[in-house]
Amino acid sequence: MNPSITVYVPRDVTALSLGADKVAKALVTEAAARGIELNLVRNGSRGLFWLEPLVEVATSAGRVAYGPVKARDVAGLFEAGFLEGGAHPLGHGLTEEIEYLKRQERLTFARAGITDPLSLDDYIAHDGYRGLRRALGMTPEAIVAEVTESGLRGRGGAAFPTGIKWRTVLGCEATQKYIVCNADEGDSGTFSDRMVMEDDPFVLIEGMTIAGLAVGATVGYIYLRSEYPHAEAVLKAAIASANAAGYLGDDLLGSGHAFHLELRRGAGAYICGEETALLESVEGKRGTVRPKPPLPAIEGLFGKPTVINNVISLASVPIILDKGGAYYKDYGMGRSLGTLPIQLTGNIARGGLIEKAFGITLRELLYEYGGGSASGRPIRAVQVGGPLGAYLPESQFDTPLDYEAFAALGAVLGHGGIVVFDDTVDMADMARYAMEFCAVESCGKCTPCRIGSTRGEELLDQIIVARSEGPQPGRIELLKSLCDTMLGASLCALGGMTPYPVMSALNHFPEDFGDSAEAR
Amino acid sequence: MAILPQRFAPDQCQAVAREVFAARRGQPGALLPILHDIQDRLGAVPPDLLPMIAEELCLSRAEVHGVVSFYHDFRASPPGRHVLKLCQAEACQSMGVKTLTAELEQRLGVSLGETLEDGSLSFEAVYCLGNCACAPSAMLNGELHGRVDAEELMALLAEQETLA
Repeated sequence: MNPSITVYVPRDVTALSLGADKVAKALVTEAAARGIELNLVRNGSRGLFWLEPLVEVATSAGRVAYGPVKARDVAGLFEAGFLEGGAHPLGHGLTEEIEYLKRQERLTFARAGITDPLSLDDYIAHDGYRGLRRALGMTPEAIVAEVTESGLRGRGGAAFPTGIKWRTVLGCEATQKYIVCNADEGDSGTFSDRMVMEDDPFVLIEGMTIAGLAVGATVGYIYLRSEYPHAEAVLKAAIASANAAGYLGDDLLGSGHAFHLELRRGAGAYICGEETALLESVEGKRGTVRPKPPLPAIEGLFGKPTVINNVISLASVPIILDKGGAYYKDYGMGRSLGTLPIQLTGNIARGGLIEKAFGITLRELLYEYGGGSASGRPIRAVQVGGPLGAYLPESQFDTPLDYEAFAALGAVLGHGGIVVFDDTVDMADMARYAMEFCAVESCGKCTPCRIGSTRGEELLDQIIVARSEGPQPGRIELLKSLCDTMLGASLCALGGMTPYPVMSALNHFPEDFGDSAEAR
Repeated sequence: MAILPQRFAPDQCQAVAREVFAARRGQPGALLPILHDIQDRLGAVPPDLLPMIAEELCLSRAEVHGVVSFYHDFRASPPGRHVLKLCQAEACQSMGVKTLTAELEQRLGVSLGETLEDGSLSFEAVYCLGNCACAPSAMLNGELHGRVDAEELMALLAEQETLA
């Protein structure tokens, strides 16, 4: 028997939510009872969530995967000789050869699930901090040029070119500038930000540090939603390690450059994912939306020039600096360059994280990766891009994931979340929920959003009650008009995009609103 | 619906607030961190503390009240001994959380958003826990649980009650 065999059990919260801690404990106990020395590593998740808890064993051929493992399966795994990669009903062979993972293009998530997220040594051994080292030898203009060259667009949802945002901040004269990371990942059907923070936190810290060098900012804030306590704990520990090792602080790796990073916890307000509301919240105020202009790049946090980017945008920066903008932009299509971390969620057999170059179709994702619905029933609709994203019917499943292709359908890619619904879904109910959510989460600053969402909820209640009596052209017209007002006159995307799910549900599934297909 | 009394006497609450102020003094935009620190320790932000907080930060009481009341997380009275949050967002809806919510409301004897009369449990809605590939999701006393059903949650609650 080998002196010490390395076994991996993820510490990602999805794995924990399915019993990973119990599995880890059972592995240690069982190994001890058998007199086997085990080197247990709590790695991040590979994002193959339907297989979590995914236990991996390091063998001479590579890492071998078993999952989903329950604590009660552990004794059987030892009996099957899993420490030598032995065959077992839960076995999947080499992790890297699992089709779902093998066919991905992992750039931003290159390390997720491979390393121990809290080991700085592990991070560095897997190409970590190469981007920062290169950036330290470059001028700010050259760093910004590299990011611009990559074609990276904001992955939070708005898809604004990151390089242009950075150039604006670089061009501002100010006594203080800030880097703010939007980690208020409130969209249902998304978890890629959370995975970065829990499974590879140093990549975010490195990306923010490079952003600081690029625009001349010495202070950064990560605004993290309070629903992510595990991510908070991991980030805090990672920030402390980076400070202790000189990757953060007054003198980055002896370069004379300073960058300080502070974590701020949100307080359960969806609207704080909107960038100006987020800035208000960091300043200690109500999270209400600011009118633009001025842009945050010019007058942002505490009135100073501020880069505010999503977690994925910032976490994509280290590889762009390491391998060059041209390398990154070779992935993707049209004006959507690089990769998108797609989150396949909801009623889906094989849910998880799929990082792919732009251009893959929904159908490939839903059936080839996802394996159809979890319930086994036909997929009726998918919502792409969070609570403000449109519902797409089966006839649109061949659309490639590309910002412009989605815009042409009146839909959005947003933060890359896909929520799957089977044929039991009531689309009028989902439309009503969109209005209800907007009413609950509206910051109250502008009338179309604050009042419109409440009126929309009431109107949809009436439609749902009366729909068995047949078409209701009057109420439907009123709903369309209300959506038009919200879309055109709201201050930010909350009120402005709530009509997307509502109108797409109405347009593609009129039968759920009392209209028969023949009547249209 | 039960509104539970503060867990600490007024002078203890004030002492905690003073400690929090001392630790946060000089920090830009310190109001949210201060409110979180206080709630982490007291289980709530007692309304009686708002004048003290306002004075510490040179804000008006109205401004502090405005912030406390804006955010869903801050509560004026402490929650039950156990807090069960059940995600109500789209991904969990696609996996039947509405039916699950109704079943739990009946079995627990408390409506979503309310606290049991004996102070043992608060049953709360949450909108996305970032576990959308393993829906429906719940958080019990800060621990996340995926692909939950009523049986499992009732068993987890019973287990917590035994440990408490």
